[in-house]
Order: sequence, then structure tokens, then C-alpha cells
Amino acid sequence: MASIAGVFRRPTHPAGVWGWITTVDHKKIGALYGVTAFFFFMVGGLEALVMRIQLARAGQDVVSPEVFSQLFTMHALTMIFLGVMPLSAAFFNLIVPLMIGARDVAFPRLNAFSYWLFLFGAIVLQSGWLLGGSPNTGWFAYAPLTSNSFSPGNGMEFYIVGLGVLGISSVAAALNFIVTIINMRAPGMTLMRMPVFIWMTLITSFLLITAFPVITVGLIELYFDRTFGMNFFNAAAGGDVVLWQHLFWFFGHPEVYILILPAMGIVSEVLPTFSRKPLFGYEVVVLSGIIIGFMGWAVWSHHMFTVGLGPIANSVFALTTMFIAIPTGVKIFNWIATMWGGSISFKTPLLFSVGFIAMFIIGGLSGVMHSIAPSDAQQQDTYFVVAHIHYVLFGGSLFAIFSGIYYWFPKATGRMLDDRIGQVNFWLTMIGFNLAFFPMHFLGLDGMPRRQYTYSSDMGWDIWNFVSTIGGLILGVAVLVFLFNFFLSLRKGEIAGNDPWDGRTLEWSISSPPPEYNFATIPTVHGRDAFWEEKYGHGGKVPAGVSPEEGHQGGIHMPSPSYLPLIASLGLSIAAYGLIYSFAVSVVGAVIALAAIYGWALEPAAEPAGRES
Amino acid sequence: MFNRPHLAVFVALLALFGALLIVGCNPDNPQSILDAKGPVAQRQLDLYWIIFWMALFVFVVVGGGLLYTVIRFRRRPGQGIPAQVHGNTKLEIGWTVVPAIMLAVIAVPTVISQFYISNAPSGDQLQINVTAHQWWWEVQYPDSGVVTANELHVPVGMTVSVELTSADVLHSFWVPKLAGKMDIFPGKTTSMWFRADEVGEYFGQCAEFCGESHAWMRFRVITDTPEDFEAWTASQLAQAAKPATPEATAGAGLFLSKACIQCHSTTPGVPTAGFPYPAPNLTHFGGRTTMAAGIMEMNAANLREWLSDPNEVKPGNIMAKEARAYTDPASALSSDDIDNLVAYLQGLR
Ligand code: HEC
Ligand SMILES: [Cu+2]
Repeated sequence: MASIAGVFRRPTHPAGVWGWITTVDHKKIGALYGVTAFFFFMVGGLEALVMRIQLARAGQDVVSPEVFSQLFTMHALTMIFLGVMPLSAAFFNLIVPLMIGARDVAFPRLNAFSYWLFLFGAIVLQSGWLLGGSPNTGWFAYAPLTSNSFSPGNGMEFYIVGLGVLGISSVAAALNFIVTIINMRAPGMTLMRMPVFIWMTLITSFLLITAFPVITVGLIELYFDRTFGMNFFNAAAGGDVVLWQHLFWFFGHPEVYILILPAMGIVSEVLPTFSRKPLFGYEVVVLSGIIIGFMGWAVWSHHMFTVGLGPIANSVFALTTMFIAIPTGVKIFNWIATMWGGSISFKTPLLFSVGFIAMFIIGGLSGVMHSIAPSDAQQQDTYFVVAHIHYVLFGGSLFAIFSGIYYWFPKATGRMLDDRIGQVNFWLTMIGFNLAFFPMHFLGLDGMPRRQYTYSSDMGWDIWNFVSTIGGLILGVAVLVFLFNFFLSLRKGEIAGNDPWDGRTLEWSISSPPPEYNFATIPTVHGRDAFWEEKYGHGGKVPAGVSPEEGHQGGIHMPSPSYLPLIASLGLSIAAYGLIYSFAVSVVGAVIALAAIYGWALEPAAEPAGRES
Repeated sequence: MFNRPHLAVFVALLALFGALLIVGCNPDNPQSILDAKGPVAQRQLDLYWIIFWMALFVFVVVGGGLLYTVIRFRRRPGQGIPAQVHGNTKLEIGWTVVPAIMLAVIAVPTVISQFYISNAPSGDQLQINVTAHQWWWEVQYPDSGVVTANELHVPVGMTVSVELTSADVLHSFWVPKLAGKMDIFPGKTTSMWFRADEVGEYFGQCAEFCGESHAWMRFRVITDTPEDFEAWTASQLAQAAKPATPEATAGAGLFLSKACIQCHSTTPGVPTAGFPYPAPNLTHFGGRTTMAAGIMEMNAANLREWLSDPNEVKPGNIMAKEARAYTDPASALSSDDIDNLVAYLQGLR
């Protein structure tokens, strides 16, 4: 055994780039997730701006229809899978261990593996731009437009393989967070004492591990159709094109909650902090999250109201969809009640969270409008839907994510993001967002279908398209303002200290940025809002929290860095490209991945100090 | 809590927002859904207005509550720690039950209307079969045997039952002023119904992304008086008009020699089923008001543009990709050829 262990050496805390490449520290991985995802968020935004410029006036020729199809397909895929989901993952990574009083996630190397696989999956998905054409069938890729005869070339392969790789990454990360949350909470942090953000992470993780297998089945079937001439979606040979829609949306609707629940978690942390009041109706908010997650499985056909499933199916799915509005509404009421009677400080994180609630009310209400199946037949596939998804995904998820960035940036970096620039950032976002997306409701009601690369001016769609483009450009400026603030504050930001916001949860009890091991002594939790109770514990009680006897004594053992997660995910990605170009390459990639996983199993837990080389 | 002036402000806000939202849309737009011209669209619109006002009501109440809260409870200098309220069971129950009741109220007309629009009323009906192609519509009248493209003539006031299928990818049949959309699939049929209450011309458009020229897959529904409809049907069943001018005669020759006939039938009642490249039946092409799937008016200039470069008008379409006149330089159409073809095609009434 000694010889094998000798082969698999662990790096000992290299500095610089190698430090990042081999890191298994959840905070560094979180930062990698955040930076990568923000980069792709800007890529997706750029794609959107090109489309908005093309649509600014009737009959323009800025891009060809073929490129336009690739743009709207890739815009959605990029924003969903490479923007919002990994931004949420960045928060999971950065915050979950800190909030539950742990030193890292349960499987640090698996965590690194998830990140690298996400990065490589993103590259696979985007590689169509350089390798002969991106997918061009819309992000839900309805068969049979995705078949070889209608989508020749490798565009759909990038879609299939890219999403497949990203799926593995997401499932690995989700399993990691489930185990972390269930097993690694600080003593005393019972489930019902967990911060709501932790709850939402947990629910999201369960949705991830249950939803991705469904899309994977669809992806494999599509791959077999295209590569081996099978007929899952070939109607002429007895296949069923509607099967794809069921598989896609059976994944796709839970996916919507995967995108929004973390955002709800962030807002549920920010509002209490800036109102200096506990979350109103904690139990109800948690329960609503669970119900939303659960009901997410029972509404997928509301994306299929015009498929002709019949009045019974449409009615049932209309009713289940309406039902979801109830727990969602309850959350909104609880957030408002949290602020009611509070002492609200209008710092940037709060502004974005309040913006989130306001925009999410609109997106939620247009969602209820969509649930009315008969009248939705007029709205399906129009700009009304485009407006709705942006009110929930941008007005919802991304507003909350910005709120979270402003909120936790000081914890992650030790410096504050500038608040004055932040206010400008917020108002530009708010104005740009509403100018860009509210008019889309009008366009939808005026009968403009989505996914048109252009339109003729006799349709009366010119004005609102123009306004929407202006709004899009303002949003672009808002993002630039954010970037400016980010880089400025990273260098020159005000020093944050441990607890700049008078926080309520454990992450604020340690230094900013936290030491590698997070907690020198694992805290003991005696109630919800553990850190707040420690600071303002009622009635002169002994403050809850750190007590040396309860914590681990002695030297803190942190997991050593490792190359193997990177190599394993690289091998898998090579195998993935092989699925597109040549199975021989796949074999090579698989061998690399297997070797890396083997080494992973065998490498020593830590490189013994002072070991001779 | 709610006194008279509050109520007045509330109603004023509701009216203001409602007005703003309503003037944002223009029902005169040819595809506006706010201008129903038949019972199916009307049902959908009625439902829309119910939920619209309910949603607006909720928006003003909740949004107003939010705004009031953040203004009223903003932090003031020297303020201490506010009371640490953790919840209130009565409130929680209240804001669970009230939305539930509102949703139950809207659920009833939802289900009733769903059954209404899903089931065509029995009685006198006109049956039309539509086959969607990338990126045009083949229209068949099984009772009379008429076959045409991109324009559906229907008698005013009569229930029209439409059977839909696709020859290639997914499409969706949508005439906003007459009825919501119904998706179209290869290998199966879906159906929908509508009735037009006024004589007129209604815009329709494919609403499911169907490839490169999805934006240019439009069509018209033209409602006629019963007499006009009779006359139209008879005219469609007649043989194609003989070319009346020398140009048209030359055009008729070109139509054969340039192999247009390979895809386009000029015999009444011939559907495309079995054609290697399905294309609109042109027997009475000159009598249509629009061309190339409702995207341009029928006139000599537009027809010329289409025949000069169909790919420019509608990127990726099969005629541009497969017709010999556009793929084989030896068969390319000269300017005179195009003039002659235009004369011939316009004469096909
Ligand atoms: C390979 C098959 C093919 C050939 C050959 C072909 N066309 Fe077409 N044509 C089509 C298709 C398909 C369409 C429908 C295009 C659309 O609207 O998307 C069409 C549309 C038209 C239309 C408009 C029809 C309408 O209902 O609006 C005209 C006119 C026309 N073709 C004329 C011609 C002429 C003239 C020729 C010979 C020079 C020709 N076509 C050769 C396939 C063909
Ligand atoms: Cu179509």
C-alpha cells in the first residue's frame, strides 16, 4: 500500500494559481463558482443585447435568422445553467458551512469536482460558437426539430452532452450539500433552528437530484435518435414527439424552483437583518418552501396547455398550478410582515431584496394568469410568457442574487461593496429591468410570438420593442456599474470587520474573510438566529455560543488540496467530447477519469508534514 | 382601518394602473388578443379580464402594503431594537385562506371555459384540415374537396372545426382574434374550433418555433357571407384559368420547363401528400390576397421579389433550396422569365 500511496501525492498548500486549481476549500470553490457564473451571466446578457438590438426596429438585419435562433437558445441555456444555477451554487458553497457552523462541506474533493465539471460542461455547451454552430432549437428543444434531418451539424450534440455534463456536476454538488446540511450542523442546530437559506438549499438540492435524472433520460434518448438512428422521437417510425415535452417539463418545472428557491432563501436572510427583526412565521416560510418544492412535480403540463392533452388534463394542471400560488403568496406576506414594525436600513442588499419582492409579485401574478389554461392558450409562446419568466428569473432570482452579493461580499472578502455605487446599481437595474420587460406584456397581448428574429411594421409592435431595447441597454450599464463597484471595492472597499450588518446567523461571528478552518471552536447553537441571540440574548441570560468544552480541542485538521477532482472532471469532459466526435476519444477520457477517481480513493487524507520527497 | 378616503385612494390607484395597462395595448393591432371576434376568443378574453382585475387588485394591495411598510418602518436615528415578533397564527391562516378563496373563485370559470373551448358545439359545422409545413399552411376542405394554401375562407357565423397535423416539425395554429392556439404535431392530429361573428380578414401566425423562418409563417382567415363562401368554393373547384396574354402563355411554358410543376400543382383539389417536396397548390393562386404564407400582399412587385430570390424573402425555405431554377445556374430565371411567370401566376384566379 505504501507504494500506491506514494504515487498519489497530495499537494501541500501551493500558492497562486495552483492554490486555486487544487483547492478543496469551500470558500475558494464558492468564489470560483461565483466568478465563472458571473462571467457567463455577462455572456448571456451580451447574447440578449444582440437580440434586443436586432428587434429594436422592424425588419432589421443585424444578425441572420440562423444566428438569432442560436442566440435565443444559448441565451436561455447560458442564463439558466451557467448563470443563475451556479450563482446559487456559489452562495451554497460560500455560506452553507459558515451558517451551519461547519469547517467545510462533507466531501470537499467532490465539491471541487463539481466546480470543475461545471466549468468544463459550460465550455462544452458554449463550444458550438467556435465549432460550427450552437444549438438553435430553443432551450426546450422540442422534437422533431432536434432530429438530424432538421438540425444537422453538431449544435444539438453540444446541447445534449453539455447539459449531461452539467447535470452530473449539479447532482454531485446537490448530494454534497444534502449530506453537509444533514450531518454537519453545529451541535444544537436542529432542523427547525436552521436559517431559512439552509432550508432552501436543502430543498433545492433534493429537487436537483430528482429532476436531473429525468432530463438525462430525455437527453440520452435524443442522443440515441441522432447517433444510432433510433426512433424515440420519430413519429414516422412510431415514436412520440410529445414524449420529449413531458420529459423536458417534468424536469423543467422543478428546475424553475431550483432557480427561485435559493433566491427566496437569500431574501429570507437579508430582510430580517436589515429590519432587525426575526423572520416572520419561520415555520410557515419553511413549510411553504417544502410545499413549493413538492408541488413543483405536479404542474409540468402547464407548459403544455396548447398541446391538446384534453380538457381534463388541462383543468387538473390549471388547478395544481393555481395551488402553488398559495404557498408562494404566503412567503411574500411573511416577508412583508418581517419588515412590518422593524427598523429598516436601506442599504443596497435590502433594496435588492425589496426589489425582488416587488418584481416577484408581478411575476407571480402573471404566473397565475398563465395558470388559467383556457386564456393561456392566447398567451402561450408569446412575449407575455417572455415577460413572465423574466419577472421571476431576473426580477426574482437575479435581484435576490445581487442582494446576496452585496450582503455577503464583506464576509467573503473582508471589504464592503460601496453602498453609494450600490444604490446607483440598484436603481439602474430596477429602471432598466422594468423598461426592458414590462412592455413585453403589451407585445404579448398584441399578439407577438416569441422567437421571431424579426417582424414587419404593419403589426404594431415597433414602439414597445424599441422601448424594451432601451431598457436592455440600461440593464447592461447597470451590470457595468456593478463590475466597477466590485473591482473598486475589492481593492479599496471599506474594511468590513466581522459583523458589518449586525447579522443574525453564525457566519457573522467569525472574521471576514473567515480563516481556512472557519471556526476555531465549533459553536453551540441554542436557538434560531444564533448569533443575534448571542449578542442580544434576552433577559441577561448567559449568551449562547462558543464554549471551549463543547468545541473540538487541539489541532484543526483541514482536508489537503488535491489535483484529482480536476483530472477526473477533465477526463469526463474529454469523454463527453468523444461522444460528439469519436468514441475512441471517449475511451481515453473515461480511462483518465477512472484513473483519477481510483487515485482519489487511494490518495492519503493529508500529506504528512515533513515527509521526504 | 379602512376609512372612506383610503378606499377612494385605493380605487383611484386601481383605476390608474388599470388604465395604464390597458392603453399599453392596442386592440386595433391585427393580432391583438384584446379584440375578440368570435365566441372562443371571447371566452378567453372574458377570463383574461377577470384574472386581470383580480391580479391588479392583489398587486395594488400587496405592492401598496410593501411600499407602505418600507416607508413607514424605515430606520430612524437613535432607534432601538424593535420588538422581536416571531409570527402570528391568525394572520398566517388569514393570508393562506384568502388567496385560496380567490383562486377557488377563478377556478370555476377556468374549468367551465376549458371544456367549452375544447369541445366544438354540435350542429352545422365546416370541417377544415390543415397541414403545417415549414413555413406555410396547406388547407383542405374534405367535404367539398377544395385544396388551397395560407388562406382559410370560412362562412361567417358557422362553427369551423379544424383538424391539424404537421408534415415536418412542430407548429402551432393561432388566430388571436378568433381563438387561442393549438399545437401541431407530425404523426398525429390535434383539433380546435372557432367561429367568426363578423365578415372580415383575420391574421394568423405559427406560434411554435419551427426553424429558421418561423417569423414568416403567417396566414389569414377570411370570413365570407354564406353566398360568397359558396361562390368561392365553386371557383376553387374550377380548372385553372387559361393564360390570357402572350406573357402569361410564355409563363405557363416556363412553369413546366423550369420544373415549377415538380412541386406546385395547378390542378384543383390535389393535396401535397406523397410529393417529395410539398408546396402550395397554385391552381387559383392569383385569387389570393396574400402570398408566401401571409407575409406579403399579392401584387406583381412582391411576386417578382419572391421569384427573384425566395431565400431573401424567407431564409432557408425549400423552394430556394431545392427548386432547379435556384440551384442550377443553367435553369436560372431571367428577368423576362420572371415577368412572364408573374403574368401567368397572377392570371391563375
Ligand atoms: C422544390 C419545390 C419547389 C419548386 C421546384 C418550386 N417551388 Fe414555389 N414554393 C415551394 C414552397 C415549399 C413554397 C412555400 C414557401 C413558403 O411560403 O414557405 C413555394 C411557394 C411559392 C409561391 C407562393 C405560394 C403562396 O401560396 O403564397 C409561388 C408563387 C411559387 N412558389 C412559385 C414557384 C415558381 C414560379 C416556381 C418555378 C420557378 C417554383 N415555385 C418552384 C416549393 C417549390
Ligand atoms: Cu411553424
